[in-house]
Amino acid sequence: MNVLHFVSAFFGDGAHWHGYDGIPARLLEHLRYSVTAFAIAAAVGLPAGLLTGHTGRGGNVLAFLATAARALPSFGLLVLMFILFGFGLVPVMIPLVVLAVPPILVTTYEAVRSVDPSPVDAARGMGMSESRVLLQVELPVALPVVLGGLRSAAVQIVSTATIAAYVSLGGLGRYIIDGLYQHDYEKVVGGATLVAALALATLALFWAAGRLAVSPGVRRGG
Amino acid sequence: MITFGSRAGGSCQTRRAFGVLIRIDAVTKRYPDGTVAVDRLSLDIPDGAITVLVGPSGCGKTTTLRMINRMVEPSEGRILIDGVDSRQQPVNTLRRSMGYVIQNAGLFQHRTIVDNIATVPRLLGWNKGKARDRARELMERVGLDASLAERYPYQLSGGQQQRVGVARALAADPPVLLMDEPFSAVDPVVRKGLQDELLRIQDELGKTIVFVTHDIDEAVKLGTMVAVLRTGGRLAQYAPPAELLSDPADAFVEDFLGADRGIRRLSFFSSAGLDLLTGPVVPAGATAEEIAARDTGGSPRLLVTDPEGRPLGWAEPDALAAGPVDAARLLSYGRPFVAGRDSLRAALDCAVLSPTGWAVAVDDTGRVTGVVSQQAIGDAIRTAHAAGAKTEGATGAEPDGTAEPGTDGTAAKAAR
Repeated sequence: MNVLHFVSAFFGDGAHWHGYDGIPARLLEHLRYSVTAFAIAAAVGLPAGLLTGHTGRGGNVLAFLATAARALPSFGLLVLMFILFGFGLVPVMIPLVVLAVPPILVTTYEAVRSVDPSPVDAARGMGMSESRVLLQVELPVALPVVLGGLRSAAVQIVSTATIAAYVSLGGLGRYIIDGLYQHDYEKVVGGATLVAALALATLALFWAAGRLAVSPGVRRGG
Repeated sequence: MITFGSRAGGSCQTRRAFGVLIRIDAVTKRYPDGTVAVDRLSLDIPDGAITVLVGPSGCGKTTTLRMINRMVEPSEGRILIDGVDSRQQPVNTLRRSMGYVIQNAGLFQHRTIVDNIATVPRLLGWNKGKARDRARELMERVGLDASLAERYPYQLSGGQQQRVGVARALAADPPVLLMDEPFSAVDPVVRKGLQDELLRIQDELGKTIVFVTHDIDEAVKLGTMVAVLRTGGRLAQYAPPAELLSDPADAFVEDFLGADRGIRRLSFFSSAGLDLLTGPVVPAGATAEEIAARDTGGSPRLLVTDPEGRPLGWAEPDALAAGPVDAARLLSYGRPFVAGRDSLRAALDCAVLSPTGWAVAVDDTGRVTGVVSQQAIGDAIRTAHAAGAKTEGATGAEPDGTAEPGTDGTAAKAAR
């Protein structure tokens, strides 16, 4: 028995494509957790990173918070939150958001801060408001790096969202945890394959977003 | 004569079309750490002219420029734009009324050339089509090919980028242009092109331009008025360039102008007054009698011209009389100057470069109008200096800042 055999057996079994434990349902659950966590993390990390990068202030505080957040083990945090909040989505969202905010925040901060100062000076000198300077001059140039931060956060969320299954929620983690418990390695490998595929799809999505959103005038460098 | 204090408020409207006056009134910039960048500087910047701020690094020239559009806020003193304190309008309104050009252009790399230029019109609320039409018009004005419109900044050379920077600053037709060492980062050949282009554009548009540079040659070339600042942000001298070169206020200014200020000053004297001799000029194929009849005016050689009157080279009279001289055996005439249009400096340069010590004067079509010796150019220089000293004596009696910018500067600039 090799891994490929497990994979083909898992996906070849018609029973895995229907019902509440079917692949489409689990995939949707997993996507729902991931997208929600990503949206919250981006809503926190992007504005904070853009503002600190633009003003150049708060970099030290940021670095400290990011390091601290990275030191927290997601699984431990999940258990702790589960004890605090009980069943539900909240104990799952917190570790995922804590995991995803630092890469978004730190890369956004660094990306904005490292934008060539002369166009920024020119923009101010031409009478652009600070918000325009940030959104119309700094962000478009910083965008490839900012997207890189968002991408690594998204991939980490997609792979880590499997832990939702530990606290009785769904998602692709279900296959892995149930499979391990039931000694059904076909299921374990199938679930892991799906998670990996989803992570790759996420990468592809961000690559496409970069092609669309980043100006050709900026893209040639990165 | 520009007299700032007595000008009636009502004339502002007519003035605005040409630019505005900027009065820097006892301005000091002190940083929190105690460093004084600009020290009680007062400067009246005339409208419709190029005023150059020049000085060594640390003299506060850039700080002064940046205080005009409030990129830096003065610690003390005030800046009046057309008689109104610059702090009386919202800072971004003020900045949109002044074109801003910086070193390396500072273009937006994510925007196409045409969109870069359209920046300020868009900020002012013009619609996209109108702003882009205006941008294309400006590309032409600054000498950029229309095919570059949809390119991105990285696809342009440094000189082209700087032209875009100038076009972007001109886009909303602001009365004032602030230029902070705009041509410092390009090579000398491109720089000269950009400088000539700026003078040409200024001839057409008559903006009030404040130009910062550390290059005294650039200051003398471009400035109608030149303010020399010394380290610590104090004004050393404020004068038209010709006056700066003839009468440096002190040892600092003299040192800053460099050793050859006497030669450079000749740029401000026209070659129109030179006494050109036509005696030593003969067409190729002149007969021995014709040559013998020539009054060479002391020239040891004769300048041979082609049938159209264009110079070919110098030859000994005896050699010529013996028959046509092979072009290869003629002595080079060096580089001619255009009589009347070029300055005495150009004429002297031609004489110095010429192996015979005589300069060849031509008209606009390249036909010889006469020749002149180093000796005669030297006499003309002395006469011009004597005349210059007289007018300088007259303007020197006036208080600072009310001196008419370029009484001889403007006239001579046309002659350069």
